[in-house]
Amino acid sequence: MCLAVPVRVEALVDEDQALVELGGVKKHISIALLEDVQVGDYVILHVGYALSKLSEEEAQKTLELFSQMHQI
Amino acid sequence: MKYVNEFRNGDAARVLAEKIAREVHPERQYRLMEFCGGHTHTIFRYGIPDLLPANVQMMHGPGCPVCVLPMKRIDAAIELAMKHNVILCSYGDMLRVPGSHRMSLQKAKGQGADIRMLYSPADALEIARQCPDREVVFFAIGFETTTPPTAVILQQADQMGLKNFSVFCNHVMTPPAIRGILEPARQSGQTILEGLVGPGHVSLIIGANPYQDLVKDYQLPIVISGFEPLDLLHSILMLIQQVNAGSRMVENQYTRAVTDSGNQKAQAMIEECFEVRESFEWRGLGELPNSALRIREAFAHLDAERRYSLTESIGQDNKACECPAVLRGAKKPTDCKLFGTSCTPENPIGSCMVSSEGACAAYYTYRSRAIPAKSFSVNSLSKEV
Ligand code: SF4
Repeated sequence: MCLAVPVRVEALVDEDQALVELGGVKKHISIALLEDVQVGDYVILHVGYALSKLSEEEAQKTLELFSQMHQI
Repeated sequence: MKYVNEFRNGDAARVLAEKIAREVHPERQYRLMEFCGGHTHTIFRYGIPDLLPANVQMMHGPGCPVCVLPMKRIDAAIELAMKHNVILCSYGDMLRVPGSHRMSLQKAKGQGADIRMLYSPADALEIARQCPDREVVFFAIGFETTTPPTAVILQQADQMGLKNFSVFCNHVMTPPAIRGILEPARQSGQTILEGLVGPGHVSLIIGANPYQDLVKDYQLPIVISGFEPLDLLHSILMLIQQVNAGSRMVENQYTRAVTDSGNQKAQAMIEECFEVRESFEWRGLGELPNSALRIREAFAHLDAERRYSLTESIGQDNKACECPAVLRGAKKPTDCKLFGTSCTPENPIGSCMVSSEGACAAYYTYRSRAIPAKSFSVNSLSKEV
């Protein structure tokens, strides 16, 4: 039920809708729950609605932490 | 899929597992509960229990909305579809949940009721628009993750002036459910858990802040976690480190998506559309105060509970079904006599066997073929994306 996935915003359709690609298929999603969505942003998608933005910077930090553990 | 595959990397998983093994004190017990059913699913799908030392135990919590909805609410949904003759729109997971007398929405559909499975609640509005001479009801269930989309469609239906649409609201809240699990133990002076894995997608909306009171009241560490296997291993490591250090804090592992204050626009929309019910029954946890939402007066015209008179059924669960104990983390699915014999995902007796996030279903589907640690590799992990 709480399944949600990160998707990249490909285009803005109107104030409340954006176009994303999911598994090779283009899809309209609602961005009514977010402020200030830009093309290129990653958002977390759940039942057709973007619930939050994904911070690419924070994602990189977590991944770097994993690779540092590897080196120790 | 970007920001998914990287978090399923097998080498990194092994490194995390080794780090966990080094960190764990052999004489200590680490009972960690993952609240969320999505986490339960990941844990079994990737064979995470096999990567953990024997004294680190994952207990499965009640964070599966399909599992915790009491039978009488299913009975009410069936009544809406059969007696009131509405088009009932529901998330697919609800269709096979057993109601009273082993009835289900799926069986109701077989008997001619008009039940539609939705991917998104927005589809329910579309159906209402296309069928102006039929009544359409959206069977809304879920935790804070799923509540904001329901708020959006309530507002849209209101703006569109839809007369033939309403919502049967069953939205529930996470922090009161965590209290529901920890409070009885606290009152009897027991410790049942050393740490809690906090739900990631619920926290996109509510943020990390609401967990502060829980940490204070129950004196146990909470780590909010992402949903990929590396996220979970990382969160388990963070919890073990806190337990060893005697620290009790809210930590956020899912920093790429969760902030302290959450999604405030979504919170405001929830506030506008819903108010807290004084009490709501949860399967397994009983009546919990201030644990669920109902539609506010301002949207009363879109509230199915006000529009239709629904009988309150008694809703007796099968006596042998251990779902209540499973949902509290007190028993494992395999402790149930019916597990895998009379109760299977094809023919569920209890709600925990229905949704893929239910502990019984996850156990049944993956336990027998859990991926052993050495084959935990990028290849074996990425193919199902
Ligand atoms: S195996 Fe079936 S009957 Fe037993 S607790 Fe799980 S859902 Fe209930």
